[in-house]
Order: sequence, then structure tokens, then C-alpha cells
Amino acid sequence: MALSSSKIEKNYDVIVVGSGAAGGQTAYTLSMEGAKVLMLEAGRNYVPEQETPMFQTPDQAPLRGSATPEKGFGFYDATVDGGWTVPGEPYSQSTDDPRGRFAWWRSRMLGGRTNHWGRISLRNGPYDFKPHSRDGLGFDWPISYDDVAPYYDKVERLIGVYGSSEGLENTPNSPEGCLLPPPAPLISDYLVQQRARRLGIPIIPGHRAVLTQQLDFKRSPALLHPGNLKAQKIIAAHMQQRAACFWATDCGRGCSIRANYQSTTVHLPPALATGNLDIVTDAMVSEVVLGRDGLASGVKYIDRISGKERLAGARVIVLAASACETVRILLNSKSARFPEGLANSSGRVGRYLMDTVGSSLRGQVPLLESLPPQNEDGASGHAFYAPWWGYQDQQKGRLGFARGYHIEFGGGRHMPDSGTLRGLERLTHGSYGKKLKEDARRYYGSFVGFAGRGEMIPNEKSYCEIDPSVKDKWGIPVLRFHWQWSDHETRQAAHMQKTFAGIVEAMGGRVMGAVQTDGAEAISPGGFIIHEVGGAMMGANRQTSVTNEWCQTWDVKNLFLNDGAVFVSNADKNPTLTIMALAWRASDHIARLMRRREL
Amino acid sequence: MTDRRTTIKWMLAAAASMPLLNHGSAAEQAAGSLPAAAGYGSDPLLTKLYRPGDAWPLTLSAAQRRTAAALCNVILPGDERSPSAESVGVVDFIDEWVSAPYPRQLEDRPIVLEGLAWVDAEALLRFEKYFAELDEPRQRAICDDICYEPNAAAKFARAAGFFARYRDLTVGGFYSTPAGHQDLGYIGNVPMPRFDGPPVELLRKLGLGPEPA
Repeated sequence: MALSSSKIEKNYDVIVVGSGAAGGQTAYTLSMEGAKVLMLEAGRNYVPEQETPMFQTPDQAPLRGSATPEKGFGFYDATVDGGWTVPGEPYSQSTDDPRGRFAWWRSRMLGGRTNHWGRISLRNGPYDFKPHSRDGLGFDWPISYDDVAPYYDKVERLIGVYGSSEGLENTPNSPEGCLLPPPAPLISDYLVQQRARRLGIPIIPGHRAVLTQQLDFKRSPALLHPGNLKAQKIIAAHMQQRAACFWATDCGRGCSIRANYQSTTVHLPPALATGNLDIVTDAMVSEVVLGRDGLASGVKYIDRISGKERLAGARVIVLAASACETVRILLNSKSARFPEGLANSSGRVGRYLMDTVGSSLRGQVPLLESLPPQNEDGASGHAFYAPWWGYQDQQKGRLGFARGYHIEFGGGRHMPDSGTLRGLERLTHGSYGKKLKEDARRYYGSFVGFAGRGEMIPNEKSYCEIDPSVKDKWGIPVLRFHWQWSDHETRQAAHMQKTFAGIVEAMGGRVMGAVQTDGAEAISPGGFIIHEVGGAMMGANRQTSVTNEWCQTWDVKNLFLNDGAVFVSNADKNPTLTIMALAWRASDHIARLMRRREL
Repeated sequence: MTDRRTTIKWMLAAAASMPLLNHGSAAEQAAGSLPAAAGYGSDPLLTKLYRPGDAWPLTLSAAQRRTAAALCNVILPGDERSPSAESVGVVDFIDEWVSAPYPRQLEDRPIVLEGLAWVDAEALLRFEKYFAELDEPRQRAICDDICYEPNAAAKFARAAGFFARYRDLTVGGFYSTPAGHQDLGYIGNVPMPRFDGPPVELLRKLGLGPEPA
């Protein structure tokens, strides 16, 4: 799928740095609109149709597929040259205190982290774009839900998202035809739903980017690309090439039949089919080059194969390298005009970095013991979830923290791996022999795990900057992180623990391990949820933001930041769908400005 | 065989002269014996079929593997539903695990090697035979003392810690195989044209089912 870097042409309209959710969407939209696009990806080429270990069982992998530092989410996880560490590409911390550290998950592959992600695709709601107006904390976005809604519609139709519209507070409905039907729930899903509802917690179908049926290739193309017959024809053909889910194999391995969303299976193939996109892999971008006219003239990158520095030019530069990598490129792009980094006249590049509040708990439920065998692979999890339900309590001042969280949970008889029955002696009091085999049959499938995903409010103490001394193996200065949760986040994590314990109890189950009521202990370390956003926020005022509402930097009008860096807040909703919606919206604007010759 | 009696006497003498499992020397020796090996790297081929020993060399001795197998089979013996742990390659898996160059496995290595040595020394001490040569009641007599950490006598605390770890490795190694999957009644990992969820009769029996929002 990739073009070798020796074949780069001279006259590109747009360079897109990065090939994940933001880069994929940007390249898709712009190439469909007729722009000549060059995509630069730091990692290697990656072909899911050939490389995905679909039906492999754990015994076919080293260590039964267990996680190692080289494969942090297990052997079969679709991450190449990545994880919490990337060989030869370090990052640094400002403190040894574990609570002040930030962990950064990266990958070096075409499609980036979209190849392995959880596919949870929730829309931000109206409150989520105006959080400061509601509670005086953080910042408001310069746009509202209504500005983004048409793009949520488009992204859902394009990539395929299952779910339902339930009309709950700040949990937007999708227009008819946008969502695919949700998959059938598992027994454990029904049980959680029944018992959590008794506690006043709503349990509704989840939203994930998995095709529960084929996309609507007849109606959607015209809605996605009105008036653009070529684009309609291309996307209709590609929608038909994607198979619906066959209800087996873990989405985290990627999907060779293209039934879930990966940039490599959904965005890039139709974009390449336009003939307008060239992709160069192994191209590690180090900086954006500023021309004498004050416009970005191109980017410098290191060809990882030869180790040589190269230059590529275009009319428009889009950074979509992931929030932190985009920030790093800006801060490393120094010039006489921008000594503190490109597009940083506000001094806000690197500032207000956010992750998601995370905490988890597992329960064991006697009602789910010794059930008859049945196939519960389903859609690989998250048939149901609980959207945040505490708006009224919060308004009455009953919670002690601002903003909310949703609950992701799962049980079921999934493929047993080396960790599935770990620590069983807590239930069996140390059985072994034939009794252990009986116990294993009894307890397998009787566990339900809960994970909270909550909103972090941006703060002054969570940011990244360039480390003054450390460079990576390419000679590029690396990021140094600063991190601190506020009481809002730690109290929320403690609330999650109590809530999960309550649900486990309501199911007649027992909590495995301890309920952590100290929020500072209950909360996952910064970066662990891999929802890092912010660092170059958009805004209505060039003094206090890095880009305008179109992801266009205030300082350099042909430089756009189309990824999570522009986030102003980080709602409990997983950020990827919003990243794609904003990237599409920004790309439409780029196309519009290019047509008007304003770029 | 005189050699054998001599060996047992020597082992017993050694066992008597040092508080086994309450010192670090066996563990240190064991850990020190691991040859330097590289991992599988950050971009291994995922579609290849790997066997223990493919990614890095196995390091257990024949004697250690014999004890490891005996212990695996006491923990998960064959029954009418599935074969024993040893027969589906769990000893190879444990060898691969304790021979691996990663932090978690390097931490487990001395625990496992020292534990296997303790099991044999204990067998010699109590019954004058290696653990693998004991009949099942005698193997169980030893395991009963160490099978559950909270109930283990103080002098068996460390051995019980080993047993818990070893049981987890055995269980993890066994139930992650097709034979283990079959034993548990895992019937997924097959493509299906549709997924309808649990049978209605089962849901009804459990008092569950679709609820109005």
C-alpha cells in the first residue's frame, strides 16, 4: 500500500503528518475533494489483510501470548515497534514521583494506534463543548455540538459504528441511518443491566466502530460526498469490500476482513483509489519549515531506512501525528520569528495536556457459575455501557467533584488465555488436582470487570515541553512530561470504585481484590488510558489558544493541527470519534480555502 | 544403587544443614545460570506458529523438567474431560517462561527453580525419593502442606508462595491450549454468519432478558 520515498512528486497541495484517525480522515477527505496529498508516516508499512493473526490461539505465541515490555498488550496486539516505550525514542519525566509521571503509548506503523484501539466511538454531548459555562472550570470550545454534529453523522456513516439512540442527557442521538444495529448482549450484560438499573444507573447499547452488518453503500455515498460523483463511486465500492463482523477474534489484533475501523482498512484504501494520495512510510518528521513569507513551506523528515534527512514541500501542512507528537514537532520547529516553537505566540503549545480518568474493579458472580457452554465471542466486548448519569446529583452538590464518567464493563466466556483463571485460589482455597479442574469449569465465565472512563479538567501542572538535553536516536529532541491530577479527578476515581462495588454487590457477587476508596490510589497513572489530548488547544482568541475553530494555527495560516492536540476539554467520551469529526470539518475548510485560493 | 543412596544422604544432609527456601543462594545460582538472550523484539511476525524454544533457548535441566512435569500433573491431572497438563506441553511452556529475558519472567525464575529444588528435597527428606518417583498420595501429602498460602504453616510459607505461582503458570499454560479451551466449554473462535446472543430459555431461567429502557 505504501509508495517508496524515492518517488515523491514535487507539487503536493497538502502534506499530512501521521496516518491514524486524524491523518487517515484528513487524507481521505482531501483526496476525495481532489487535492494532491502526501502522507508521511513515521512507522513502517502495515497491511492488516496479511499481517493480522485472526484465529491464532495463545499456545501458538511465545509465553502463551502474555504481555511483555516489547508487546505491552500481549503478543497478538496490533502494535508495531511501540507500546509504552519505542526502541531508541525515549521521552522523559520531570519527577521520579510516580504521581507526577505521564506514560505515552505510541506505535510506529501505518494507521498508528487505530490498528489496535478499543473502537469505542461516543459522541461528545452539548455540555462537553461548553464545560466552563456550566461549572466555571476549564475552558469552553469555540464551537458547539451543533457545529460538529453533521461531522459525527458523516464519520459514523463512513467508518460504521453500532449503537442506539436513547435520548439521555448529554448523550446525543444519531440521526436515523447513521448507526448500525447494536450486537446481541451476553448473559453478563443483561445481569449488569438489570442490577445496575436498580441503583439508578442506566445501561444502554454501547457504540463501537464494528460492522454488525454491511454499510449502506447505496444511500451513504451521496450523503457523504454530495455532488462528488467520483468520490461516491469510490466509497460505494470500498464499502462493499468490507465484510460484516463474523463474531470471532479480538478486535485488538486488528481485522483482516476489515469489519472494524482501522485507518489502514477504512480511510486509506479509498483515499489511495482516488489517485490523489501518496503515502511514504518510515518518514520521521522532525520539524515544519517556515518560509520567508511566514507560511509553512514544508517539513523535514528522516528517512528511517537510509537515516538521511529529507525535505518535502506543499501549499498546506497538516500535523496529525497524535497530540503529543504534534506538540513535539511544533516545539522543535524553531525560527527567528518563533524562538519558542512554531505557532506558539500564545505560549500555549504543550500546555493543558489531558488524559482520561480511569479506575477498574472486578467481581465474581455466583449466578454466572457453571453455565452451559455457549459462544460468547460476540462483537469482542462492549455490547452495553453506562453513560454518565449523575448530572442531577452533581447540580445539587452531592458528589464532591465536577464532570462525570461512563462505565465500560464486560464478562462472558471469552477465549481463555494465560491470565483468565489467574489467582483462582482466592475462591478455591488452594485446590489442585481433579478438584481444581472442576473449580476451573465452575468459575470460568463468572467474572465481570468494570472500568470507569471519566473527564479530566485541564490544569496548569499537566503539560509537556522539550527536554533540554535528551535526543532520540534520530537526533530529534524529545518531550519531557509534567503531570498532576486535581481533586476532581481523584474523587471521581474513588466514586468509580464505590459504584462498581455497589453493582457487584447488587449482582450478588463478590469483589475480587480491594475496593480502593483513596482516589489518589484508585486512579490510573497519567497516560495509562491512552486518551491523551490537548497541548495546542483551539479557541476564539489568538492570545489564549493555538488554533482557531478550524484547527488552523493563528500564527501560520497554512498550518493545521487536525488531531487531538486541539482539544479544549476531554469529556468522558473516548476521543477518537471526535478527533475524526474535527479532522473532517477542518479538512472541508482547507478544501474550501484552497478553492477560494486563500491557501 | 549405592550412588543413589549416597545422593539421597547428601541431599538430606544439605537439607538439614540449611533452612531451605529461607536463604537466597539457590535462587541466586539459579538466576545466574540464565544465558543472555534477546526477546522477540518489538515487531515479531504475528502469523507464525511459535513453539517454546523458538524465541529464546529453553534452560531447564532434564531433572528439573522431570520434577516440573510431576508437579504439573499433580496440579492438573488427566481426567475424563481433558488430558494432563504435561501432555499438552505445559512443561515446555514453563521452561519457556523461566528462560525468558523479560522482567516478570526473570522475577519468576528463581521462585520456580528454587521451588522445584525444594519439592525434591522435601520428597527426599520425607520419603527418600524424588518427587517424580512418589506415588500420588505421597505427592499430595507434600502439596497439601503448601497448596494454600493463608493456611500454610510458617515453615512452609515460602514453599506455599512458590506453589501458588507454579499453579498459576500451570493453569495459564493449560487452559490457553485447545484442550484447555475444550475442557472449559469455550466454543468460540469460529466465524459465524450471525450472533444471536444467549438462548431465551437460559435467560428466563436466570431471570434475565431484554428490558424496556
